[in-house]
Amino acid sequence: MANYFDMGGYAGYVWPSYAVTAIVLVALFVATWRGLKNRERTLETLLATRGPRRRRAAREDAPETVSTAPVTAEGTNEETSR
Amino acid sequence: MHRFANPNRFLKLANAILPWSNGVLVVSLLAGLALALVWSPGDYQQGDTVRIMYVHVPAAWMGMFAYVAMAVASAVALIWKHPLADLAGRATAPVGAAFTFVCLVTGALWGKPMWGTWWVWDARLTSMLILLFLYFGYMALHNAFDDPQRGAKAAAVLALVGVVNVPIIKFSVDWWNTLHQPASVVRMDGPAVDPSMLWPLLVMGLAFKAFYVTVVLLRIKAEIADAKIRALRMSEIHG
Repeated sequence: MANYFDMGGYAGYVWPSYAVTAIVLVALFVATWRGLKNRERTLETLLATRGPRRRRAAREDAPETVSTAPVTAEGTNEETSR
Repeated sequence: MHRFANPNRFLKLANAILPWSNGVLVVSLLAGLALALVWSPGDYQQGDTVRIMYVHVPAAWMGMFAYVAMAVASAVALIWKHPLADLAGRATAPVGAAFTFVCLVTGALWGKPMWGTWWVWDARLTSMLILLFLYFGYMALHNAFDDPQRGAKAAAVLALVGVVNVPIIKFSVDWWNTLHQPASVVRMDGPAVDPSMLWPLLVMGLAFKAFYVTVVLLRIKAEIADAKIRALRMSEIHG
């Protein structure tokens, strides 16, 4: 096993190559996922704070993001949305 | 508000593709890693450093592929003013830059034991570094203007001008004397790599491609959400 991890004496080059690849691609994936979820949350909050008439109009534009968040007094959710 | 019609159709398509690209990514990545690290032989000259190839070469392929995709998206955005094309280009740039960066770093880690140097300013390596800077320039230009439309236009023009670099990368090993080895997979008389090494390479290539599709689709979804947020905020301000 130790022989395997030694990579014929090139362990210091082979493993860092795989490590760099993994770190860069995982970081990119996580950043992408977080960015998407953040925006979807913001969008839901924005749609939830609108009046019923305008909310229906917005919903027609964005059927994917129908919000279940409770509708609060107008504009009070503005701080929570980035 | 008809401009949302298209993005919504796109979202449906993206949501249909994503489970598949995710599945292909997981399966081909596990299979590719197993093939690359366990079930493939060392090279008779390069020993186990040849295993670096299985991340280095797919990263290089995808770095160039993503650039061409970005240039095509830029052309569509400039010519037909398709709103999704600009978002697609914007979503692709960081992914392509990540692949190009991985290619350069793993190349250095391969070059040190095999060539005796981390870096040389030869045609293949330099043109690949230029590719990375083109990605950086595209992303910087996109964000450099107060008016996002102007930024998008400037970045798209840069992407189109920079596309001449892609064939230069591809043929640099034929046109100039270089330390980098010539093409061994995509060549006229078929691959010159033994099947025991070609298979891990192709499976890893598939995994990188699936990663690209997955991440770009997620990023376009995020860009569309962003556009909707901006439109909603605008309509709030202007009543």
